[in-house]
Amino acid sequence: MHPALWISKTGLDAAQTDVSVVSNNLANASTVGFKKDRAIFEDLLYQNINQPGGRSSADTELPSGLMLGAGSKVVATQKTHTQGNMLTTENALDLSVQGRGFFEIQQPDGSLSYTRNGQFTLNDQGQMVTPGAGLLLQPVVTIPPDAQQITISQDGEVSATIRGQAEPQVLGQLTISDFINPTGLQPIGQNLYVETAVSGAPIQGNPSVDGLGSLVQGALETSNVNVTEELVNLIESQRLYEMNSKVISAVDQMLGQVIQQL
Amino acid sequence: MDKMLYIAASGAKQDLLGTAVRANNLANAQTTGFKAQLEQARAMPAYGEGLPTRVFAMTESPTNNYESGPLQTTGRDLDMAIQGDGFFAVQDQNGAEAYTRAGSLQINANGMLQDAKGNLVMGDNGPINIPGAFNNISIASDGMVMTRPQGAPETELAEVGRIKLVKPEYSDVKRGEDGLFRMKNAELADADATVIVAGGMLEGSNVNAVDEMVNMISLQRHYEMQVKLMKKADTLSTRANQLLRIL
Repeated sequence: MHPALWISKTGLDAAQTDVSVVSNNLANASTVGFKKDRAIFEDLLYQNINQPGGRSSADTELPSGLMLGAGSKVVATQKTHTQGNMLTTENALDLSVQGRGFFEIQQPDGSLSYTRNGQFTLNDQGQMVTPGAGLLLQPVVTIPPDAQQITISQDGEVSATIRGQAEPQVLGQLTISDFINPTGLQPIGQNLYVETAVSGAPIQGNPSVDGLGSLVQGALETSNVNVTEELVNLIESQRLYEMNSKVISAVDQMLGQVIQQL
Repeated sequence: MDKMLYIAASGAKQDLLGTAVRANNLANAQTTGFKAQLEQARAMPAYGEGLPTRVFAMTESPTNNYESGPLQTTGRDLDMAIQGDGFFAVQDQNGAEAYTRAGSLQINANGMLQDAKGNLVMGDNGPINIPGAFNNISIASDGMVMTRPQGAPETELAEVGRIKLVKPEYSDVKRGEDGLFRMKNAELADADATVIVAGGMLEGSNVNAVDEMVNMISLQRHYEMQVKLMKKADTLSTRANQLLRIL
């Protein structure tokens, strides 16, 4: 009916989406390996009401025109892949990647997904798996039942001392994968990401080699959510929401008045 | 009578257009790099026979508010804000050069640097391509994009291209229908070495919410006065009809 009503409605929508993004970040403030999202706002198309330079009379021109914007929208949520804090746990199967790279996790259908969450545990066959759904860490490393002390080196070599043997035994080699555009990875929940057309293909390699991050055993990477920043974002979005709804009520009053008066 | 009614009605209509501009500014109070639209009313005389009383109002947006928005620290490598005046160049959907201040950049799957809307970022020699994998990427204050290629020593930085930074006169710039800025004379702006970029920061919207709300109130009250005048015109003509009835 009136452009300002719809323009403000887009502002309300965008602010509401932003609040959802903020609340998801806050809810994951203690999720290991979580990367915060941020909402990207964009202005919508503009509508040309009066063209600048158009004719205002036979020999005069309009010096300036009128362009009505159609409001704003949230075009994307962008993951910020900065390093989270290091949390030391002393658990032998807790790993964190210091630098670039993701652990490779095999999905039940055989496809690969990627994670920064290094809270691994063992399944009944002694394979390293994710704690929640028990998905296999790739490449598969099997820890024998008589292993005493598991050591994972910075470059991903898994070794263990076996009861009755003096020399530690090498059990396998972990690899990690990097992407040219980690922001383009699609989060699928459970701390996992899958490759997309915009993330680029995974670049697999041994940790600490060719610029990939190094593994730290007995430590976890905490969520990189900055709680203060999120609360400030929340205040901003809430006020933005209020102001847009004020505009709607102002326009409503204006239209109400014309109906009553005339 | 008809003059009064139509002039008041045109005033009310223009006030509604004005509120639409203000509403758009408020809706974009959180849009990165957004520049608020200014709005004003101008007298448009339409003289004819008799007394020169027909002066209609016309809402127009003479220019944009090009003041800098607040700088927000994000710490993200590919975020950049322009300090002071200036724009950086991107390639719009039609392949032409346009200008913006929304510096939330990203790299697409082909290794091209693009802005948040997906427009390719222009360097001094066309769009900027980031070759191969890298450990680290940073944007220097002169717009130079530097990476440390994967596996290279800490001290070895590769310069992959310089983002084209321009500083045209704001009076020569207009906003396009996609929200990007372009030169009014359709020419390309020259690269300017005096534009300074701050990496790891974003420029917020420069919409002043209080200003917009106050203007909104003023437009609303002005609109009410127009409606009152329309009502008055109605009353006057009713009275005139009553006079005729007495006769």
